[in-house]
Amino acid sequence: MLKKWVPLFGAAAVCAAAAMPQAAKAEQLTLCWAAWDPANALVELSKDFTAKTGTTMTFEFVPWTSYADRFLNELNSKGKLCDLIIGDSQWIGGAAENGHYVKLNDFFAKEGIKMDDFVPATVVGYSEWPKNTPNYWALPAMGDVVGWTYRKDWFERPELQKEFKAKYGWDLAAPKTYDQLKQIGEFFQKRQIDGKTVYGASIYTERGSEGITMGVTNVLYDWGFMYDNPKKPYDMEGYVNSPDAVKGLEFYKALYDCCTPPGASNVYMVESADAFKSGQVAMQMNFAFTWPGLYKDEKVGGNRIGFFPNPKEKYHFAQLGGQGISVVSYSDKRDAALQYIKWFAQPDVQAKWWKLGGFSCLKAVVDAPDFKTSQPYAPAFLESMAIVKDFWAEPSYAELLQAMQKRVHDYVIANKGTAKQALDELVVDWTEIFKDDGKI
Amino acid sequence: MNSSHQTFAEKASRLATEAAVRATPEPLAKRVRGFSDRAIAWLFIAPTIALLLAINIFPLFWAIYLSFTNYRANRPNAEVRNIGLSNYSRILNDPDIWASMQTTAHFVFWTILLQTVIGFGLAYLIDRKFRGHAFWTTLILIPMMLSPAVVGNFWRFLYEPQIGLFAYAVSFLTGIPTSDIQMLGSVQLAPWAIVIVDTWMWTPYVMLICLAGLRSIPDYIYEAAEVDRASPWRQFWSITVPMALPFIMLAVLFRGIENFKMFDMVNLLTGGGPGSTTEVASIALKRDAFEAWATGRSSAFAIVLFVAVFGLANIYVKALNRVKQR
Repeated sequence: MLKKWVPLFGAAAVCAAAAMPQAAKAEQLTLCWAAWDPANALVELSKDFTAKTGTTMTFEFVPWTSYADRFLNELNSKGKLCDLIIGDSQWIGGAAENGHYVKLNDFFAKEGIKMDDFVPATVVGYSEWPKNTPNYWALPAMGDVVGWTYRKDWFERPELQKEFKAKYGWDLAAPKTYDQLKQIGEFFQKRQIDGKTVYGASIYTERGSEGITMGVTNVLYDWGFMYDNPKKPYDMEGYVNSPDAVKGLEFYKALYDCCTPPGASNVYMVESADAFKSGQVAMQMNFAFTWPGLYKDEKVGGNRIGFFPNPKEKYHFAQLGGQGISVVSYSDKRDAALQYIKWFAQPDVQAKWWKLGGFSCLKAVVDAPDFKTSQPYAPAFLESMAIVKDFWAEPSYAELLQAMQKRVHDYVIANKGTAKQALDELVVDWTEIFKDDGKI
Repeated sequence: MNSSHQTFAEKASRLATEAAVRATPEPLAKRVRGFSDRAIAWLFIAPTIALLLAINIFPLFWAIYLSFTNYRANRPNAEVRNIGLSNYSRILNDPDIWASMQTTAHFVFWTILLQTVIGFGLAYLIDRKFRGHAFWTTLILIPMMLSPAVVGNFWRFLYEPQIGLFAYAVSFLTGIPTSDIQMLGSVQLAPWAIVIVDTWMWTPYVMLICLAGLRSIPDYIYEAAEVDRASPWRQFWSITVPMALPFIMLAVLFRGIENFKMFDMVNLLTGGGPGSTTEVASIALKRDAFEAWATGRSSAFAIVLFVAVFGLANIYVKALNRVKQR
């Protein structure tokens, strides 16, 4: 009797063994990212991937405040939680040098994915390490940049337009220069609108993570701040603390002092969006990812909101945000993860990504004739993405960032010393960090 | 007779001894496969010791080791080099670190002073056993029972210049516009904003310890003092304060150690800002270790802090013992 069952058991075991790889193929991938609106759009988008491949997607989203801590810890400890990660642009150097990300050159070549098909600034910002070399560690996933929103409905009020023109001699409209931006800020500061006291602008001032650095650099670039000598890497004296950079930092402080709401000493993305949504400010500095949500807002969205790119001064730049998507080298499911990237790179998927609220970096999407009219914020986004510049993406970026956070917050918010002293001290800090790194 | 009686006594004693031996349970060790009692004891203690070694002792020694290296937790593949005392030298010569130590000292001093004075005062009042004192005691204890995270967020809203009750109350009393009362954004006010919250939260704790001290003073001492016609003021300074002093000092010790490592409240209220005005040592350490990822250097910083707290606490405990012996 038993003899009869043995072959059956054997066959069943063989079938089960044969089925195992299949079961492993129809697997589950975990994608790690920050918890924000675009992440919800990605969840929606990824349903198509599951429908097409049978691979289920799970998501590990953490708030921005703990995003870097959580995932850098995960990567540094060679954890297997994330198969795919949408990591911040500054992580790319460290992730590449420490072997956290899979190098994608061969995969891109094999699958015919061309980096020329993506907006050049996003390729440099999100994918390349070393910068400006064809070594790719990520696919540009979420284009983002610091820009501005304004209360179009307030700007359009005839009585305010009249008063503004009389005072400043030009029409109240989205500013093109920083002088104009400051004038508008001053004009609205502590003004009564609909029985409520409103303020000029909300700008980044957050101390804990990267907030004030993102805001300050956004302005400093336009005055002429440079991270180092273009001809001699890591030579920072006279570039980071150039007279123009000093003027830029002084301007940021002046803007903070003149035109921000009371208690705005620790503001980043969420607080800035909240200040705008609650009708507290006329203008708001924020990353472009907030724009779709603000446009949909019942109180301040629709016709009430306008968008404009960073104003210009001597130069015209904007601080790059956004991220690329990478395959974590510690993942056991590399092949499936690569398949996700292949799927995500497709033009129709990218087009849907933009539609759902993500910011595609694919030229086919952003250069499409109807792109500018597809969303009210599309022109400002396009213009901004053309002028982006990013913070250091060095492996020691975290230490470099902390030094800048301290120096600029001390000066701008805590009134400690002068702009020149703050930038001089920053050069000392950064020089020490690069010396420790053996780069100088 | 005498001899036969002795024999009987001896016999009785032997029987009693045998009965006692029979009644005494066989050593546990014998029943557990020949283990000695000491071995069994070790068997029970071993998991706790292993846990202590793994969680407390090993990380301490590991941190000491790391403090002499250039190790960075975000560079797992980089070579780890022994750099001698460089980290310690950098820590001790870094003006920013000294500034954070100064900020910590400021908080520790003012919070302890205020909490001790107010806590003792409240305990003294509660000890009078007036009508409804139990209700007031419970009410006073509430802040202490809340989580620091809740307290931090709660006070952040209270301090909010535009909608916060604190700014409104100060404005109502002083006539200063609420927009000018920026408790968390002002360099002058932010340190005091944290002192106020910590005092609000932890004064009840000091009060409880002081109350225990006051209640431990026997009534007959006061009765004797009254017979000697000592004034209430004299009774307070000659009986109440000296006898409650060990308790007060204990409260100061506990609060001192706690406030030296104060983190959660500062992190929630100001995050160390504005600038670095409220960057206490624990915040500076966290930034160095988990934001700048200078693991070796931050280990040295942690060791310096540990030695400072350990040393100060030891000196203080010796003083406390002297007061108790008086």
